[in-house]
Amino acid sequence: MSMTCWETIQAYGLRSIGIGENLLPRSEFTLCQQFTLIGSGLIWNLYFGVLALTFGFFLANAIALARAARNPLIRKPADWFVFVFRGSPLFIQFFLAYEALVLLPKGGIDILGVHLDTAWTTRAWAGALFVLFLNTAAYSAEIFHGALKSIPKGDLEAAEAYGLTGWKKFIRIEWPTMLRLGWPAYTNEAIFLFHATTLVYFSGFPAFAQKGDALYYANYFADKTFNPFIPYPIVAFYFILLTLVVTFVYGRVNARLNRHLPSNTRSKIRLRPNLIR
Amino acid sequence: MFEACADPKAIEGLTWGICYLTSAKHLQFYWSFVTVLLLLAITAPTALGMGFLGATAARSHIAPVSWLGKIYIWMVRGVPDIIFFLFFVIALDQIIEYSKSLFVCQDHAWPWQGLEFRVCPEAKVPLAKSSAFWHQAYGFMLAVVTFAIVFGAFVANVIYGAMQAVPRAQLETAEAYGMSRAQVFRRILVPQMWVYALPGLGNLWMILIKATPLLFLLGVKDIVYYARELGGSKTQAYEYPHGDWRLWYFLGLMVFYLLFTRVSEIGIARLTRRLSHGQATAAGEALRKAAA
Repeated sequence: MSMTCWETIQAYGLRSIGIGENLLPRSEFTLCQQFTLIGSGLIWNLYFGVLALTFGFFLANAIALARAARNPLIRKPADWFVFVFRGSPLFIQFFLAYEALVLLPKGGIDILGVHLDTAWTTRAWAGALFVLFLNTAAYSAEIFHGALKSIPKGDLEAAEAYGLTGWKKFIRIEWPTMLRLGWPAYTNEAIFLFHATTLVYFSGFPAFAQKGDALYYANYFADKTFNPFIPYPIVAFYFILLTLVVTFVYGRVNARLNRHLPSNTRSKIRLRPNLIR
Repeated sequence: MFEACADPKAIEGLTWGICYLTSAKHLQFYWSFVTVLLLLAITAPTALGMGFLGATAARSHIAPVSWLGKIYIWMVRGVPDIIFFLFFVIALDQIIEYSKSLFVCQDHAWPWQGLEFRVCPEAKVPLAKSSAFWHQAYGFMLAVVTFAIVFGAFVANVIYGAMQAVPRAQLETAEAYGMSRAQVFRRILVPQMWVYALPGLGNLWMILIKATPLLFLLGVKDIVYYARELGGSKTQAYEYPHGDWRLWYFLGLMVFYLLFTRVSEIGIARLTRRLSHGQATAAGEALRKAAA
C-alpha cells in the first residue's frame, strides 16, 4: 500500500500549485513525503520572493530618488511611505491588507463602465504579493537612499569636469555608484525578504485547498505527527539552500558592479541580520 | 463598567461608544498591550544575557565551546526566524515534559510513538487539573524563552562583531601591562565594545518590537488575537452588535507600532549621542568639535 519515494514525488512534488494527489498524506508521514511536500511548498516562497524583489527593485529606485528630491511634495510622501512600511510589523501589514481587501465589494466594482473583479485580490498570490512588494520597496529604498547620499563628492565633481550633467550624469555615474554602494545591504534585504515569505500563510491570507508554502506544510506535519523535530529542520534545510543560492546570484551582480575597481577596494557582501520586519 | 452601560441595546451615540470601548472584553484587550510590554521587558535583558554568553563562548580558546557559540550565532542566519519560533515553542514543551517524565513516571517509554507525544499524566506541564491561568502563564513563559533564544542569537552576532571591532592594539597594550586574559576581557574589551555594539543592538530592539505580534502564532492571547476577536462582526446576539471592524482594529495596532518604533528611534539616537562622548570615533570627534 505504501508508495515508493519516486511515486510520492510524482504525487506531491507539485501539490502546492494544485497538481497531483488531492488529499494530503494522512498516515505514515514518511521522510520522503515530508521532504517532497515541504519542497513543493517552496515554489510559493520562490514565487513571492522573486516577483516582490523584481517589482520592488524598480519602485525602490523611484522612492530613493523621490526622497532625494528638493520638492517637498515629492519628498514627503516618499518619506512617509518608507516610515510606515519600515516602522510597523510585516505581520500587521498583512492582516491590515487582507481586512481591507475583504471589504471591497464582492461582486466587483464598475468604474466608468469597466467591470473590475475584486475577489482575486484577497487571494495570497495577489494580496500578499502586493504587500511584500511594497514592503521590500520601502526597505530597499532606505538602503538605496543611504547609498545615494554616500556617493563620494569627488566622483560627482569628476563627472561634472567631464561635462556630464543632469540625466547623463545620473545614469552613468550616480545610479551605478548608488547600486554598487548599496548592493551588500540589498543582498541582505533579498535574503530576508525570502525569509519573510514564510509569514504569508500565517497572517490572515488563507491557503485554499491546502495549497501553501514550505512552512505551511512543515506546520501541517508538525501538527499531525506531534513531532516538530523532523519537519522544521527540513524546511530549515531548504532555506539554507535558498539563502546560499541568493547569496551566489547577488554575489555575481556585486562582482559585476565592482569590476572596475582594484580587488582590494571592492565591497564585500556580509550577512547581517535584518530578520523580521 | 459604568451604570449607564447596564443595557447596551438602549443607548446610542457617544455613550454607546464609551460603553463599547470599556466593555470587559476591551479591558482585556488593553491589558494585552501590557503583555506585549512585559514580553519586551523580560526578553530584552534575557536575550542580551544569552547573546553575551554566546559571543563569549564563540571567542573561547577551547574548541568545543567556541564551536557551540559559533553554531548558536550562525543558526539564525540562513533560516527564517519564524521557523525557530514555531519549532521551539513545541520542542521546548516536549523536552520539558519528557525530562519531567523521567523523574515522575513509572514507565519510561519513548514518548514519540506513532502519531502522538505521550507521557504519563503526572508529567504534563502544567498538570491537566491546573487552572486556566497557569496554562496561559506557561504558554507565555514558553514564548518568552523562545524569543530569548532566537534574539539571543542575533544579539550574540552583534556583540561578537563588536568585540572583534575593539582595536587589537588596546588588548595587546593591556597584555603588555601584564593583565591576565580574564582581566583584559573584563577591564578593556567589555567596556569598549558597547559603543560598537550599540547601532546593532538598537536595530535589534526595533526588530524585537516588530516581532511581538508573532506572539499570536505562539498561541498567546496578545493584541493581534484580541483585534481579530473584537473586530469580527457581531450579530444581534451580542451586547454590542456591529459590522466587520477588523480593519479599524488593525489600523489601531499599526499606529501603536509606528509610534512605538518612532519613539524608540529617537531614544536610541539620544543614547548613541551620549555614549559617543569622549570616544575615539567619528561621532565622538564631531561632538568634541561642536563643543569647542
